[in-house]
Amino acid sequence: MGLLSSVFKKNDQQKPADVAKAEITKKEVKPVVDKITVGHVHMSGCTGCLVSLADNYGGLLTILDKYADLVYGLTLADVRHIPKMDVALVEGSVCINDKLSVEEIKQTREKAAIVVAVGGCASYGNITRFCRGGQQNQPQHEAFLPIGDLIKVDVYIPGCAPTPQLIRNVCIMAYLLLKGSPEQKALATNYLKPLMMAAQKGTSACFCDLMTEVIDQGLCMGCGSCAAACPVRAITHEYGKPQGTRDLCIKCGACYNQCPRSWFSFDVVPEYESIMELIDTVMK
Amino acid sequence: MGAELGKYKSCVSARSTDKAILAGAQDGGIVTTLFAYALEEGIIDGAIVAGPGDMPWKPRPMIATTYEELMAARGTKYNISPNVSFIKEATRSYGLDKVGIVGTPCQMQAVRKGQLYPIGLRDVSDKIALAVGIFCMENFPYQSIVQLAEDHAAMKLESVKKMEIGKGKFTFMSERGAVVPLPLKVTHKYEQPGCHVCLDYVANLADVSCGSVGSPDGWSTVFVRSKKGDDIWAKSVAAGCFETKAIDSVKPGLELVTKLANEKIGKNQKTVEERKTFGVGKGLRIPYI
Repeated sequence: MGLLSSVFKKNDQQKPADVAKAEITKKEVKPVVDKITVGHVHMSGCTGCLVSLADNYGGLLTILDKYADLVYGLTLADVRHIPKMDVALVEGSVCINDKLSVEEIKQTREKAAIVVAVGGCASYGNITRFCRGGQQNQPQHEAFLPIGDLIKVDVYIPGCAPTPQLIRNVCIMAYLLLKGSPEQKALATNYLKPLMMAAQKGTSACFCDLMTEVIDQGLCMGCGSCAAACPVRAITHEYGKPQGTRDLCIKCGACYNQCPRSWFSFDVVPEYESIMELIDTVMK
Repeated sequence: MGAELGKYKSCVSARSTDKAILAGAQDGGIVTTLFAYALEEGIIDGAIVAGPGDMPWKPRPMIATTYEELMAARGTKYNISPNVSFIKEATRSYGLDKVGIVGTPCQMQAVRKGQLYPIGLRDVSDKIALAVGIFCMENFPYQSIVQLAEDHAAMKLESVKKMEIGKGKFTFMSERGAVVPLPLKVTHKYEQPGCHVCLDYVANLADVSCGSVGSPDGWSTVFVRSKKGDDIWAKSVAAGCFETKAIDSVKPGLELVTKLANEKIGKNQKTVEERKTFGVGKGLRIPYI
Protein backbone atom coordinates (compact mmCIF):
# COMPACT_ATOMS: atom_id res chain seq x y z
CA MET A 1 0.00 0.00 0.00
CA GLY A 2 2.82 2.26 0.87
CA LEU A 3 4.38 1.70 -2.51
CA LEU A 4 1.11 2.17 -4.40
CA SER A 5 0.19 5.27 -2.49
CA SER A 6 3.54 6.73 -3.24
CA VAL A 7 2.93 6.03 -6.94
CA PHE A 8 -0.52 7.62 -6.81
CA LYS A 9 0.84 10.45 -4.83
CA LYS A 10 3.59 10.95 -7.32
CA ASN A 11 1.06 10.85 -10.17
CA ASP A 12 -1.24 13.23 -8.39
CA GLN A 13 1.56 15.63 -7.91
CA GLN A 14 2.62 15.46 -11.51
CA LYS A 15 -0.83 15.45 -13.00
CA PRO A 16 -1.57 19.12 -13.58
CA ALA A 17 1.70 19.79 -15.34
CA ASP A 18 1.50 16.58 -17.45
CA VAL A 19 -2.03 17.19 -18.59
CA ALA A 20 -1.19 20.66 -19.71
CA LYS A 21 1.83 19.36 -21.56
CA ALA A 22 -0.18 16.59 -23.16
CA GLU A 23 -2.79 19.05 -24.36
CA ILE A 24 -0.18 21.12 -26.08
CA THR A 25 1.44 18.20 -27.87
CA LYS A 26 -1.90 16.72 -28.90
CA LYS A 27 -2.93 19.82 -30.78
CA GLU A 28 -2.95 18.87 -34.42
CA VAL A 29 -0.72 20.93 -36.62
CA LYS A 30 -2.26 21.17 -40.04
CA PRO A 31 0.32 21.95 -42.70
CA VAL A 32 -2.46 22.65 -45.17
CA VAL A 33 -5.48 24.27 -43.60
CA ASP A 34 -7.54 24.17 -46.72
CA LYS A 35 -8.02 20.48 -47.30
CA ILE A 36 -10.89 19.34 -49.43
CA THR A 37 -13.38 16.85 -48.03
CA VAL A 38 -13.71 13.54 -49.81
CA GLY A 39 -16.03 10.60 -49.29
CA HIS A 40 -16.06 7.10 -50.70
CA VAL A 41 -19.60 6.00 -51.47
CA HIS A 42 -19.97 2.27 -51.95
CA MET A 43 -22.75 1.16 -54.26
CA SER A 44 -22.84 -2.26 -55.92
CA GLY A 45 -19.21 -2.86 -56.64
CA CYS A 46 -16.59 -5.39 -55.66
CA THR A 47 -14.46 -3.00 -53.56
CA GLY A 48 -11.76 -3.31 -56.20
CA CYS A 49 -11.95 0.44 -56.78
CA LEU A 50 -11.41 1.11 -53.08
CA VAL A 51 -8.51 -1.32 -53.08
CA SER A 52 -7.10 0.61 -56.05
CA LEU A 53 -7.35 3.84 -54.07
CA ALA A 54 -5.56 2.14 -51.18
CA ASP A 55 -2.94 0.78 -53.59
CA ASN A 56 -1.46 4.25 -53.71
CA TYR A 57 0.13 3.02 -50.43
CA GLY A 58 2.15 5.87 -48.92
CA GLY A 59 0.65 8.14 -51.54
CA LEU A 60 -2.81 7.68 -50.04
CA LEU A 61 -1.47 8.81 -46.66
CA THR A 62 0.12 11.85 -48.32
CA ILE A 63 -3.20 12.70 -49.96
CA LEU A 64 -5.05 12.33 -46.65
CA ASP A 65 -2.33 14.27 -44.81
CA LYS A 66 -2.07 17.23 -47.10
CA TYR A 67 -4.96 17.53 -49.47
CA ALA A 68 -8.07 15.68 -48.45
CA ASP A 69 -9.98 14.70 -45.36
CA LEU A 70 -11.85 11.45 -45.70
CA VAL A 71 -15.26 12.30 -44.27
CA TYR A 72 -17.17 9.22 -45.38
CA GLY A 73 -16.32 5.65 -46.29
CA LEU A 74 -17.98 2.38 -45.43
CA THR A 75 -14.79 0.70 -44.28
CA LEU A 76 -12.52 3.66 -43.61
CA ALA A 77 -14.51 6.31 -41.75
CA ASP A 78 -16.84 5.81 -38.82
CA VAL A 79 -19.70 7.85 -40.25
CA ARG A 80 -23.15 6.43 -40.80
CA HIS A 81 -24.94 8.93 -43.00
CA ILE A 82 -23.64 10.65 -46.09
CA PRO A 83 -22.30 14.04 -44.99
CA LYS A 84 -21.73 17.23 -46.97
CA MET A 85 -18.49 16.97 -48.91
CA ASP A 86 -16.51 18.49 -51.75
CA VAL A 87 -15.86 15.30 -53.69
CA ALA A 88 -17.77 12.03 -53.62
CA LEU A 89 -15.91 9.07 -55.09
CA VAL A 90 -18.68 6.65 -55.99
CA GLU A 91 -17.84 3.01 -56.58
CA GLY A 92 -20.29 0.54 -58.07
CA SER A 93 -23.56 0.71 -59.92
CA VAL A 94 -26.93 1.30 -58.27
CA CYS A 95 -29.25 -1.60 -57.60
CA ILE A 96 -32.60 -0.01 -58.41
CA ASN A 97 -34.37 -2.81 -56.54
CA ASP A 98 -32.72 -1.67 -53.32
CA LYS A 99 -34.35 1.39 -51.76
CA LEU A 100 -31.35 2.26 -49.62
CA SER A 101 -28.98 2.30 -52.60
CA VAL A 102 -31.29 4.58 -54.56
CA GLU A 103 -31.72 6.85 -51.55
CA GLU A 104 -27.98 7.03 -50.95
CA ILE A 105 -27.03 7.86 -54.52
CA LYS A 106 -29.59 10.67 -54.51
CA GLN A 107 -28.20 11.94 -51.20
CA THR A 108 -24.70 11.77 -52.64
CA ARG A 109 -25.73 14.12 -55.43
CA GLU A 110 -27.31 16.50 -52.93
CA LYS A 111 -24.41 16.49 -50.50
CA ALA A 112 -21.38 16.49 -52.81
CA ALA A 113 -20.16 19.41 -54.90
CA ILE A 114 -18.40 17.06 -57.32
CA VAL A 115 -19.57 13.52 -57.97
CA VAL A 116 -16.93 11.22 -59.43
CA ALA A 117 -17.89 7.83 -60.84
CA VAL A 118 -14.94 5.64 -59.91
CA GLY A 119 -14.52 2.54 -62.01
CA GLY A 120 -16.37 0.68 -64.71
CA CYS A 121 -19.51 -0.14 -62.71
CA ALA A 122 -20.25 3.40 -61.54
CA SER A 123 -19.42 4.82 -64.98
CA TYR A 124 -20.82 2.26 -67.40
CA GLY A 125 -22.41 -0.58 -65.44
CA ASN A 126 -19.54 -2.89 -66.33
CA ILE A 127 -19.93 -6.48 -65.13
CA THR A 128 -23.12 -5.65 -63.19
CA ARG A 129 -24.81 -5.14 -66.58
CA PHE A 130 -24.83 -8.92 -66.84
CA CYS A 131 -26.63 -9.53 -63.54
CA ARG A 132 -29.91 -11.43 -63.76
CA GLY A 133 -30.54 -11.67 -60.01
CA GLY A 134 -30.70 -14.83 -57.97
CA GLN A 135 -27.68 -14.17 -55.77
CA GLN A 136 -27.93 -14.82 -52.06
CA ASN A 137 -29.03 -13.29 -49.81
CA GLN A 138 -31.05 -10.86 -51.93
CA PRO A 139 -32.04 -12.90 -55.02
CA GLN A 140 -34.56 -10.27 -56.09
CA HIS A 141 -31.83 -7.69 -56.61
CA GLU A 142 -31.46 -8.04 -60.34
CA ALA A 143 -31.41 -4.63 -61.96
CA PHE A 144 -28.30 -2.45 -61.76
CA LEU A 145 -27.66 0.89 -63.42
CA PRO A 146 -24.56 3.05 -63.68
CA ILE A 147 -24.95 6.06 -61.40
CA GLY A 148 -25.20 8.41 -64.37
CA ASP A 149 -28.61 6.94 -65.20
CA LEU A 150 -29.96 8.24 -61.89
CA ILE A 151 -27.97 11.38 -61.10
CA LYS A 152 -25.80 13.92 -62.89
CA VAL A 153 -22.17 12.84 -62.70
CA ASP A 154 -19.31 15.30 -63.04
CA VAL A 155 -16.24 13.17 -63.66
CA TYR A 156 -15.60 9.60 -64.80
CA ILE A 157 -12.62 7.51 -63.78
CA PRO A 158 -13.19 4.50 -66.05
CA GLY A 159 -11.36 1.20 -65.80
CA CYS A 160 -11.84 -2.15 -64.12
CA ALA A 161 -10.26 -1.71 -61.74
CA PRO A 162 -9.50 1.98 -62.20
CA THR A 163 -5.78 2.47 -61.74
CA PRO A 164 -4.38 3.82 -58.47
CA GLN A 165 -2.52 6.43 -60.52
CA LEU A 166 -5.61 7.83 -62.25
CA ILE A 167 -7.52 8.00 -58.95
CA ARG A 168 -4.51 9.81 -57.43
CA ASN A 169 -4.27 12.22 -60.37
CA VAL A 170 -7.97 13.07 -60.18
CA CYS A 171 -7.75 13.62 -56.39
CA ILE A 172 -4.80 15.99 -56.86
CA MET A 173 -6.47 17.81 -59.72
CA ALA A 174 -9.73 18.13 -57.75
CA TYR A 175 -7.70 19.69 -54.91
CA LEU A 176 -5.96 22.10 -57.31
CA LEU A 177 -9.30 22.96 -58.90
CA LEU A 178 -10.89 23.83 -55.57
CA LYS A 179 -7.94 25.27 -53.66
CA GLY A 180 -5.15 26.03 -56.11
CA SER A 181 -3.78 29.23 -57.65
CA PRO A 182 -5.45 30.53 -60.83
CA GLU A 183 -2.72 28.82 -62.85
CA GLN A 184 -3.25 25.50 -61.08
CA LYS A 185 -7.01 25.84 -61.50
CA ALA A 186 -6.50 26.24 -65.24
CA LEU A 187 -4.31 23.15 -65.38
CA ALA A 188 -6.78 21.11 -63.31
CA THR A 189 -9.66 22.25 -65.50
CA ASN A 190 -7.82 21.19 -68.64
CA TYR A 191 -6.81 17.88 -67.08
CA LEU A 192 -10.30 17.02 -65.84
CA LYS A 193 -12.07 18.20 -69.00
CA PRO A 194 -11.88 14.91 -70.96
CA LEU A 195 -13.02 12.97 -67.90
CA MET A 196 -15.92 15.40 -67.51
CA MET A 197 -16.76 15.02 -71.18
CA ALA A 198 -16.75 11.26 -70.71
CA ALA A 199 -19.33 11.74 -67.95
CA GLN A 200 -21.47 13.85 -70.27
CA LYS A 201 -21.17 11.37 -73.12
CA GLY A 202 -23.23 8.65 -71.53
CA THR A 203 -23.47 5.55 -69.43
CA SER A 204 -22.86 2.84 -71.99
CA ALA A 205 -19.48 1.59 -73.11
CA CYS A 206 -17.93 -1.53 -74.54
CA PHE A 207 -15.59 -2.67 -77.29
CA CYS A 208 -18.33 -1.64 -79.73
CA ASP A 209 -17.56 2.01 -78.96
CA LEU A 210 -14.13 1.45 -80.46
CA MET A 211 -15.84 0.14 -83.59
CA THR A 212 -18.53 2.78 -83.92
CA GLU A 213 -16.67 5.85 -82.66
CA VAL A 214 -13.09 5.19 -83.74
CA ILE A 215 -12.66 2.45 -86.35
CA ASP A 216 -15.86 3.07 -88.32
CA GLN A 217 -15.11 6.79 -88.17
CA GLY A 218 -11.80 6.21 -89.91
CA LEU A 219 -9.71 7.27 -86.95
CA CYS A 220 -7.91 4.08 -85.85
CA MET A 221 -4.21 3.95 -86.68
CA GLY A 222 -3.37 0.72 -84.87
CA CYS A 223 -1.34 1.99 -81.91
CA GLY A 224 -2.42 -0.86 -79.63
CA SER A 225 -3.65 1.16 -76.61
CA CYS A 226 -7.01 -0.61 -76.51
CA ALA A 227 -5.51 -4.08 -76.24
CA ALA A 228 -3.13 -2.90 -73.52
CA ALA A 229 -5.99 -1.37 -71.54
CA CYS A 230 -8.45 -4.27 -71.77
CA PRO A 231 -8.61 -5.98 -68.35
CA VAL A 232 -9.95 -9.25 -69.79
CA ARG A 233 -7.64 -9.54 -72.80
CA ALA A 234 -10.59 -9.47 -75.17
CA ILE A 235 -8.75 -7.37 -77.76
CA THR A 236 -6.11 -8.61 -80.17
CA HIS A 237 -4.73 -6.99 -83.29
CA GLU A 238 -5.17 -8.61 -86.69
CA TYR A 239 -3.19 -6.90 -89.43
CA GLY A 240 -2.63 -4.01 -87.04
CA LYS A 241 -6.29 -3.35 -86.27
CA PRO A 242 -8.17 -4.18 -83.06
CA GLN A 243 -10.43 -7.21 -83.02
CA GLY A 244 -12.62 -7.72 -79.97
CA THR A 245 -13.88 -11.02 -78.71
CA ARG A 246 -17.18 -9.47 -77.82
CA ASP A 247 -18.34 -12.35 -75.60
CA LEU A 248 -15.43 -11.59 -73.30
CA CYS A 249 -16.15 -7.86 -73.14
CA ILE A 250 -17.36 -6.79 -69.69
CA LYS A 251 -18.42 -3.29 -70.82
CA CYS A 252 -15.93 -1.36 -68.67
CA GLY A 253 -15.05 1.31 -71.24
CA ALA A 254 -11.29 1.10 -70.67
CA CYS A 255 -10.39 0.45 -74.32
CA TYR A 256 -12.42 3.33 -75.65
CA ASN A 257 -11.17 5.82 -73.09
CA GLN A 258 -7.53 4.74 -73.37
CA CYS A 259 -7.61 5.16 -77.15
CA PRO A 260 -5.79 8.33 -78.27
CA ARG A 261 -8.35 8.69 -81.05
CA SER A 262 -11.39 8.59 -78.76
CA TRP A 263 -10.25 11.80 -77.10
CA PHE A 264 -6.95 13.58 -77.01
CA SER A 265 -6.14 16.90 -75.39
CA PHE A 266 -3.40 19.01 -76.95
CA ASP A 267 -3.69 21.31 -73.90
CA VAL A 268 -2.68 18.54 -71.52
CA VAL A 269 -0.81 15.62 -73.07
CA PRO A 270 2.12 17.55 -74.63
CA GLU A 271 2.76 18.94 -71.12
CA TYR A 272 3.20 15.42 -69.77
CA GLU A 273 6.67 16.05 -68.43
CA SER A 274 5.80 19.05 -66.27
CA ILE A 275 2.48 17.55 -65.12
CA MET A 276 4.16 14.31 -64.03
CA GLU A 277 6.80 16.34 -62.22
CA LEU A 278 4.06 18.36 -60.51
CA ILE A 279 2.34 15.16 -59.38
CA ASP A 280 5.65 13.78 -58.07
CA THR A 281 6.30 17.02 -56.18
CA VAL A 282 2.91 17.22 -54.49
CA MET A 283 3.09 13.55 -53.52
CA LYS A 284 6.41 14.01 -51.72
CA MET B 1 11.96 26.71 -83.49
CA GLY B 2 8.43 26.43 -84.73
CA ALA B 3 5.62 24.36 -83.23
CA GLU B 4 5.75 21.95 -86.16
CA LEU B 5 8.92 20.34 -84.82
CA GLY B 6 7.72 20.20 -81.21
CA LYS B 7 9.79 21.07 -78.16
CA TYR B 8 13.37 19.92 -78.27
CA LYS B 9 16.55 20.53 -76.36
CA SER B 10 18.95 19.73 -79.16
CA CYS B 11 19.02 18.43 -82.71
CA VAL B 12 21.88 16.68 -84.47
CA SER B 13 22.59 14.49 -87.43
CA ALA B 14 23.84 11.15 -86.18
CA ARG B 15 24.95 7.66 -87.17
CA SER B 16 25.65 4.56 -85.14
CA THR B 17 29.29 3.51 -84.68
CA ASP B 18 28.21 -0.15 -84.58
CA LYS B 19 28.93 -1.55 -88.06
CA ALA B 20 26.81 -4.65 -87.45
CA ILE B 21 23.78 -2.52 -86.63
CA LEU B 22 24.34 -0.24 -89.62
CA ALA B 23 24.48 -3.23 -91.96
CA GLY B 24 20.73 -3.80 -91.48
CA ALA B 25 19.62 -0.37 -90.35
CA GLN B 26 17.09 1.81 -92.15
CA ASP B 27 19.26 4.91 -91.88
CA GLY B 28 21.65 5.77 -89.04
CA GLY B 29 20.72 2.83 -86.79
CA ILE B 30 19.70 5.26 -84.05
CA VAL B 31 16.85 3.32 -82.41
CA THR B 32 18.66 -0.04 -82.29
CA THR B 33 21.89 1.50 -81.02
CA LEU B 34 20.17 3.63 -78.39
CA PHE B 35 18.19 0.66 -77.07
CA ALA B 36 21.28 -1.55 -77.14
CA TYR B 37 23.16 1.05 -75.07
CA ALA B 38 20.23 1.51 -72.66
CA LEU B 39 19.92 -2.28 -72.22
CA GLU B 40 23.65 -2.64 -71.60
CA GLU B 41 23.65 0.18 -69.03
CA GLY B 42 20.50 -1.02 -67.26
CA ILE B 43 18.59 2.14 -68.22
CA ILE B 44 15.92 -0.15 -69.64
CA ASP B 45 15.16 -3.81 -68.87
CA GLY B 46 13.71 -4.38 -72.32
CA ALA B 47 12.27 -2.56 -75.29
CA ILE B 48 9.03 -2.95 -77.21
CA VAL B 49 10.04 -3.07 -80.86
CA ALA B 50 8.54 -4.10 -84.19
CA GLY B 51 9.94 -7.59 -84.61
CA PRO B 52 9.46 -10.06 -87.45
CA GLY B 53 5.90 -11.38 -87.81
CA ASP B 54 4.35 -14.48 -89.34
CA MET B 55 4.48 -13.16 -92.89
CA PRO B 56 7.21 -11.38 -94.85
CA TRP B 57 7.44 -7.69 -93.96
CA LYS B 58 4.61 -8.00 -91.42
CA PRO B 59 5.81 -6.66 -88.07
CA ARG B 60 4.74 -7.98 -84.70
CA PRO B 61 5.29 -6.11 -81.44
CA MET B 62 8.02 -7.88 -79.51
CA ILE B 63 9.81 -7.29 -76.27
CA ALA B 64 13.54 -7.32 -76.92
CA THR B 65 15.71 -7.96 -73.91
CA THR B 66 18.91 -8.86 -75.77
CA TYR B 67 21.12 -7.34 -78.45
CA GLU B 68 20.21 -10.22 -80.80
CA GLU B 69 16.49 -9.55 -80.42
CA LEU B 70 17.05 -5.87 -81.14
CA MET B 71 19.04 -6.80 -84.24
CA ALA B 72 16.14 -8.89 -85.51
CA ALA B 73 13.84 -5.88 -85.34
CA ARG B 74 16.03 -3.41 -87.27
CA GLY B 75 14.66 -1.50 -90.22
CA THR B 76 11.37 0.15 -91.13
CA LYS B 77 8.47 -2.06 -92.23
CA TYR B 78 6.03 0.63 -93.36
CA ASN B 79 3.00 -1.14 -91.95
CA ILE B 80 1.26 -1.33 -88.61
CA SER B 81 2.90 -2.73 -85.49
CA PRO B 82 0.65 -2.04 -82.47
CA ASN B 83 3.61 -1.62 -80.11
CA VAL B 84 1.57 0.10 -77.40
CA SER B 85 -0.48 -3.11 -77.02
CA PHE B 86 2.51 -4.58 -75.12
CA ILE B 87 3.02 -1.69 -72.76
CA LYS B 88 1.21 -3.19 -69.78
CA GLU B 89 2.22 -6.73 -70.66
CA ALA B 90 5.88 -5.64 -70.56
CA THR B 91 5.50 -4.66 -66.91
CA ARG B 92 3.46 -7.77 -66.04
CA SER B 93 4.25 -11.03 -67.84
CA TYR B 94 7.74 -9.80 -68.72
CA GLY B 95 8.29 -8.16 -65.33
CA LEU B 96 10.08 -5.10 -66.70
CA ASP B 97 10.48 -2.14 -64.35
CA LYS B 98 12.09 0.08 -66.96
CA VAL B 99 10.45 -0.17 -70.35
CA GLY B 100 11.76 1.13 -73.64
CA ILE B 101 9.35 1.61 -76.52
CA VAL B 102 9.75 2.72 -80.10
CA GLY B 103 6.85 4.05 -82.09
CA THR B 104 5.35 6.45 -84.55
CA PRO B 105 4.20 9.92 -83.47
CA CYS B 106 0.65 8.63 -82.81
CA GLN B 107 2.06 5.85 -80.65
CA MET B 108 4.06 8.40 -78.65
CA GLN B 109 0.80 10.33 -78.17
CA ALA B 110 -0.78 7.08 -76.95
CA VAL B 111 2.07 6.45 -74.51
CA ARG B 112 1.90 9.95 -73.02
CA LYS B 113 -1.90 9.90 -72.81
CA GLY B 114 -1.51 6.54 -71.08
CA GLN B 115 0.94 7.99 -68.59
CA LEU B 116 -1.26 10.97 -67.72
CA TYR B 117 -4.59 9.14 -67.99
CA PRO B 118 -3.77 5.52 -67.12
CA ILE B 119 -7.29 4.16 -67.54
CA GLY B 120 -6.38 0.54 -68.09
CA LEU B 121 -2.64 0.86 -67.58
CA ARG B 122 -2.10 0.20 -63.91
CA ASP B 123 1.44 0.84 -62.63
CA VAL B 124 2.72 1.66 -66.11
CA SER B 125 3.13 5.46 -65.89
CA ASP B 126 6.42 5.53 -64.02
CA LYS B 127 7.93 2.55 -65.83
CA ILE B 128 8.39 4.17 -69.24
CA ALA B 129 12.13 4.70 -69.16
CA LEU B 130 12.79 5.56 -72.80
CA ALA B 131 10.29 6.32 -75.56
CA VAL B 132 11.90 6.68 -78.96
CA GLY B 133 9.79 8.19 -81.72
CA ILE B 134 10.27 7.90 -85.44
CA PHE B 135 9.34 10.52 -88.03
CA CYS B 136 6.21 9.47 -89.87
CA MET B 137 4.33 10.96 -92.78
CA GLU B 138 1.80 8.11 -92.87
CA ASN B 139 1.57 4.37 -92.43
CA PHE B 140 0.13 1.58 -94.59
CA PRO B 141 -2.03 -1.45 -93.90
CA TYR B 142 -0.20 -4.73 -94.55
CA GLN B 143 -2.39 -5.50 -97.53
CA SER B 144 -1.39 -2.18 -99.09
CA ILE B 145 2.25 -3.17 -98.83
CA VAL B 146 1.42 -6.49 -100.52
CA GLN B 147 -0.36 -4.63 -103.31
CA LEU B 148 2.40 -2.07 -103.77
CA ALA B 149 5.13 -4.72 -103.86
CA GLU B 150 3.35 -7.25 -106.03
CA ASP B 151 1.14 -5.15 -108.31
CA HIS B 152 3.13 -1.96 -108.64
CA ALA B 153 6.74 -2.97 -108.05
CA ALA B 154 6.26 -6.48 -109.47
CA MET B 155 8.21 -8.11 -106.67
CA LYS B 156 7.30 -10.96 -104.39
CA LEU B 157 7.19 -9.61 -100.88
CA GLU B 158 9.55 -12.32 -99.64
CA SER B 159 12.15 -11.22 -102.17
CA VAL B 160 12.08 -7.58 -101.03
CA LYS B 161 15.30 -6.68 -99.23
CA LYS B 162 14.54 -3.12 -98.23
CA MET B 163 11.77 -0.54 -98.48
CA GLU B 164 12.41 3.14 -98.24
CA ILE B 165 10.43 6.34 -98.53
CA GLY B 166 12.45 9.39 -99.48
CA LYS B 167 13.00 11.99 -102.16
CA GLY B 168 9.38 11.70 -103.27
CA LYS B 169 9.52 7.96 -103.91
CA PHE B 170 8.50 4.74 -102.18
CA THR B 171 11.35 2.49 -103.26
CA PHE B 172 11.33 -1.31 -103.24
CA MET B 173 14.72 -3.06 -103.42
CA SER B 174 14.93 -6.79 -104.10
CA GLU B 175 17.43 -9.35 -102.91
CA ARG B 176 18.66 -9.75 -106.49
CA GLY B 177 19.32 -6.07 -106.93
CA ALA B 178 16.18 -4.74 -108.61
CA VAL B 179 15.27 -1.22 -107.52
CA VAL B 180 11.73 0.02 -108.19
CA PRO B 181 10.92 3.57 -107.13
CA LEU B 182 7.18 4.23 -107.04
CA PRO B 183 6.11 7.88 -107.14
CA LEU B 184 4.30 8.83 -103.93
CA LYS B 185 1.30 9.94 -105.96
CA VAL B 186 0.80 6.25 -106.76
CA THR B 187 1.13 5.14 -103.15
CA HIS B 188 -1.00 7.87 -101.51
CA LYS B 189 -4.32 6.13 -102.01
CA TYR B 190 -3.08 3.03 -100.20
CA GLU B 191 -2.27 4.92 -97.00
CA GLN B 192 -3.99 4.08 -93.75
CA PRO B 193 -6.94 6.50 -93.45
CA GLY B 194 -6.43 6.97 -89.70
CA CYS B 195 -3.14 8.71 -90.49
CA HIS B 196 -4.86 11.60 -92.22
CA VAL B 197 -5.97 13.25 -88.98
CA CYS B 198 -2.50 13.04 -87.40
CA LEU B 199 -0.97 16.42 -86.53
CA ASP B 200 2.53 15.28 -85.63
CA TYR B 201 5.36 14.51 -88.04
CA VAL B 202 8.48 14.26 -85.91
CA ALA B 203 7.17 12.47 -82.79
CA ASN B 204 6.91 15.59 -80.64
CA LEU B 205 6.14 13.60 -77.52
CA ALA B 206 9.03 11.13 -77.62
CA ASP B 207 12.07 11.36 -75.36
CA VAL B 208 14.24 11.15 -78.45
CA SER B 209 12.90 11.16 -82.00
CA CYS B 210 14.68 10.36 -85.23
CA GLY B 211 14.24 9.89 -88.94
CA SER B 212 16.11 10.10 -92.21
CA VAL B 213 14.70 13.43 -93.35
CA GLY B 214 17.14 16.32 -93.08
CA SER B 215 20.30 14.23 -92.95
CA PRO B 216 22.56 12.77 -95.65
CA ASP B 217 22.07 9.14 -96.75
CA GLY B 218 22.98 6.69 -94.00
CA TRP B 219 22.54 9.31 -91.31
CA SER B 220 19.52 10.26 -89.19
CA THR B 221 18.19 13.51 -87.85
CA VAL B 222 17.80 13.25 -84.07
CA PHE B 223 15.69 15.49 -81.82
CA VAL B 224 16.45 15.22 -78.12
CA ARG B 225 13.31 16.34 -76.36
CA SER B 226 12.78 15.43 -72.69
CA LYS B 227 15.06 15.52 -69.63
CA LYS B 228 15.20 11.73 -69.72
CA GLY B 229 16.01 11.75 -73.41
CA ASP B 230 18.66 14.40 -72.95
CA ASP B 231 20.37 12.45 -70.20
CA ILE B 232 20.38 9.13 -72.07
CA TRP B 233 21.40 10.68 -75.39
CA ALA B 234 24.31 12.58 -73.81
CA LYS B 235 25.55 9.43 -72.07
CA SER B 236 25.28 7.31 -75.21
CA VAL B 237 27.19 9.86 -77.29
CA ALA B 238 29.84 10.14 -74.56
CA ALA B 239 30.09 6.33 -74.59
CA GLY B 240 30.93 6.48 -78.29
CA CYS B 241 27.72 4.91 -79.59
CA PHE B 242 27.18 7.62 -82.20
CA GLU B 243 29.03 9.87 -84.58
CA THR B 244 27.28 13.24 -84.66
CA LYS B 245 27.34 16.33 -86.83
CA ALA B 246 25.75 19.69 -86.10
CA ILE B 247 22.39 19.77 -87.87
CA ASP B 248 23.15 23.12 -89.52
CA SER B 249 26.30 21.64 -91.05
CA VAL B 250 24.45 18.98 -93.05
CA LYS B 251 22.29 19.10 -96.16
CA PRO B 252 19.34 19.29 -96.56
CA GLY B 253 19.07 20.03 -92.83
CA LEU B 254 16.19 21.25 -90.70
CA GLU B 255 14.74 23.32 -93.50
CA LEU B 256 13.44 20.19 -95.22
CA VAL B 257 12.19 18.68 -91.95
CA THR B 258 10.27 21.88 -91.25
CA LYS B 259 8.87 21.96 -94.77
CA LEU B 260 7.63 18.37 -94.64
CA ALA B 261 6.25 18.81 -91.10
CA ASN B 262 4.25 21.81 -92.24
CA GLU B 263 3.06 19.94 -95.31
CA LYS B 264 1.80 17.02 -93.25
CA ILE B 265 0.23 19.10 -90.51
CA GLY B 266 -1.35 21.53 -92.98
CA LYS B 267 -2.82 18.75 -95.10
CA ASN B 268 -4.15 16.85 -92.11
CA GLN B 269 -5.53 19.93 -90.39
CA LYS B 270 -7.54 20.44 -93.55
CA THR B 271 -8.78 16.83 -93.33
CA VAL B 272 -9.80 17.40 -89.72
CA GLU B 273 -11.69 20.56 -90.74
CA GLU B 274 -13.40 18.76 -93.61
CA ARG B 275 -14.66 16.09 -91.22
CA LYS B 276 -16.90 18.68 -89.60
CA THR B 277 -18.97 19.07 -92.77
CA PHE B 278 -18.48 15.60 -94.22
CA GLY B 279 -22.14 14.75 -94.70
CA VAL B 280 -25.24 16.80 -95.25
CA GLY B 281 -25.71 18.69 -92.02
CA LYS B 282 -23.71 15.94 -90.32
CA GLY B 283 -20.03 15.59 -89.67
CA LEU B 284 -17.55 12.96 -88.61
CA ARG B 285 -16.13 12.69 -85.12
CA ILE B 286 -12.99 14.65 -84.28
CA PRO B 287 -10.91 13.24 -81.44
CA TYR B 288 -9.11 16.44 -80.47
CA ILE B 289 -10.48 18.42 -77.54
